[in-house]
Amino acid sequence: MQALYAQLLVGLINGSFYALLSLGLAVIFGMLNIINFAHGALYMMGAFVAYFLLNLGGINYWWALLLAPIIVGIFGMILERTMLQWLTGLDHLYGLLLTFGIALIVQGLFQNYFGSSGLPYAIPDQLRGGMNLGFMFLPVYRGWVVVFSLVVCLATWFLIEKTQLGAYLRAATENPTLVRAFGINVPRMITLTYGLGVGLAALAGVLSAPINQVRPLMGADLIIVVFAVVVIGGMGSIMGSIITGFALGVIEGLTKYFYPEASNTVVFVLMVLVLLVKPTGLTGRAA
Amino acid sequence: MTTLTDDTLPATPRAMRDEMIVFAVMALLLASVPFTGVYPFFVMQALCFALLACAFNLLIGYGGLLSFGHAMFLGTAGYCSAHALKVWGLPPELGILVGIAAAFVLSIVTGYISIRRQGIYFSMITLALSQLLYFIYLQAPFTHGEDGIQGIPQGHMFGVLDLSKPTVLYYVVLVGFLAGFLLIFRIINSPFGEVLKAIRENEPRAISLGYRTDQYKFLAFVLSGTLAGFAGALKVFVAQNASLTDVHWSMSGEVVLMTLVGGLGTIFGPVVGAFVIIAMQQYLASFGQWVTVIQGAIFVICVLTFRRGVIGEIAHYFRRSL
Repeated sequence: MQALYAQLLVGLINGSFYALLSLGLAVIFGMLNIINFAHGALYMMGAFVAYFLLNLGGINYWWALLLAPIIVGIFGMILERTMLQWLTGLDHLYGLLLTFGIALIVQGLFQNYFGSSGLPYAIPDQLRGGMNLGFMFLPVYRGWVVVFSLVVCLATWFLIEKTQLGAYLRAATENPTLVRAFGINVPRMITLTYGLGVGLAALAGVLSAPINQVRPLMGADLIIVVFAVVVIGGMGSIMGSIITGFALGVIEGLTKYFYPEASNTVVFVLMVLVLLVKPTGLTGRAA
Repeated sequence: MTTLTDDTLPATPRAMRDEMIVFAVMALLLASVPFTGVYPFFVMQALCFALLACAFNLLIGYGGLLSFGHAMFLGTAGYCSAHALKVWGLPPELGILVGIAAAFVLSIVTGYISIRRQGIYFSMITLALSQLLYFIYLQAPFTHGEDGIQGIPQGHMFGVLDLSKPTVLYYVVLVGFLAGFLLIFRIINSPFGEVLKAIRENEPRAISLGYRTDQYKFLAFVLSGTLAGFAGALKVFVAQNASLTDVHWSMSGEVVLMTLVGGLGTIFGPVVGAFVIIAMQQYLASFGQWVTVIQGAIFVICVLTFRRGVIGEIAHYFRRSL
């Protein structure tokens, strides 16, 4: 039973990353009509920025949690201003190809300087150790990742669905020209949205650094799983992305316990099943 | 929204004549390679990738479907051919057929699943499916995991052609490539190809004209996947191994890059693109991961400034269809 709970916890943690990443993808897709292939590379950058802050600047985990998403977010906004904005009006596919190119550049550069092996990142002192919950032993850091990710996801949902800024954002997604006519600076909103989505990815990177180590290719395979999550959940709804992300993480964790051989493939198999039964995805409007 | 190839000209007799002339020149140039002292292994490798890129281009350039998982056909056909040659001891021609048949079956299954979604979702689904196969091949016993299938016997094709001789192998690969290329050329210029282009330009309109567009796209997917499998089967004889590299997502990305550099939706573009990218990898092999960085940079530059690709720009300049 201990092993089952342990795998469930691992599943919840992976689910947190799926949720944070697919949430960012959905927000970016809504505003920019681009599937951000560079998302995995930016997630990796988040972890590396945390690593640099600690080892070069002596800046601890808590500040990294705030600073890394901002730094990577600014990097993302520069990418949007210098490159992505020129794709407006072109076929969606060019956005995918451009961001794939950016991902190759970023991952290649990091691999050049840091090889492919992992760099350690220590768990902050306040989150060391564990708690005995009676039915299982819970490492504090892992519990923290799940709770904190959930809070960030819900805060993002609140920002987009319940605030004035979110209302502008949703309106600009539906009809950018009309929103501009009301005097709202839509291009700036697009840039900020990209920064927000990228910042969420970087935040996931910082969270995963103490668990999975910091590796140049840590985001490369993850992004493909997140794509499958996005296909399953559909990108129409923010809450849908969050729930699908966590649910698939848990299912993956259960698979690791009951049938470990399939743990790498279960998300993709589920994607196939969903496509066969309900081609539009679970929360799905047609694309 | 602008389409991928905004200035394709209709297939006129003049265009057909131009294309046949370029094809004849290309075939002659390639046929003379063994007499020029150019390293034949390099050209054979490039030809396999050129055929793969042409098959990929059939789907994106004429069907408007960006597959990000074409490595799965290359790798699957490669593994199945290699297994048939090495373990079952089949002669080369049957080994190739086994590979093609495997890619055919795979493309029917994956096509049936992925064609259900459009545009960007289609790309993500094909990528996810190829990653699924990657993990299956990583664990399946017959692929030998990380080692791959090594030391594949080349054998005698039809009992007479000794494929262990580089020149013989070169011409067999060349004939295979030209046959595949001509088949794609024929498909593009057939009524089926015209309907495909109509769907790419304006799918709702094609539907309103009474075409079952899903069936056309499915057939295009199967043709493309099967031809990609043919490339994978040929590659087994050149590389004499079948490994996980051929099923990895980075391979799918390379195919996209080749086609983009040469020109999406052009007939000769993928061939040029394949030679450019393979040559680049050859010359930069000692620079390690810089190859990845440069490939990424080429992606960015092509998308931002050079969307027609090499052949596309030339064709546009001379207002010809190539």
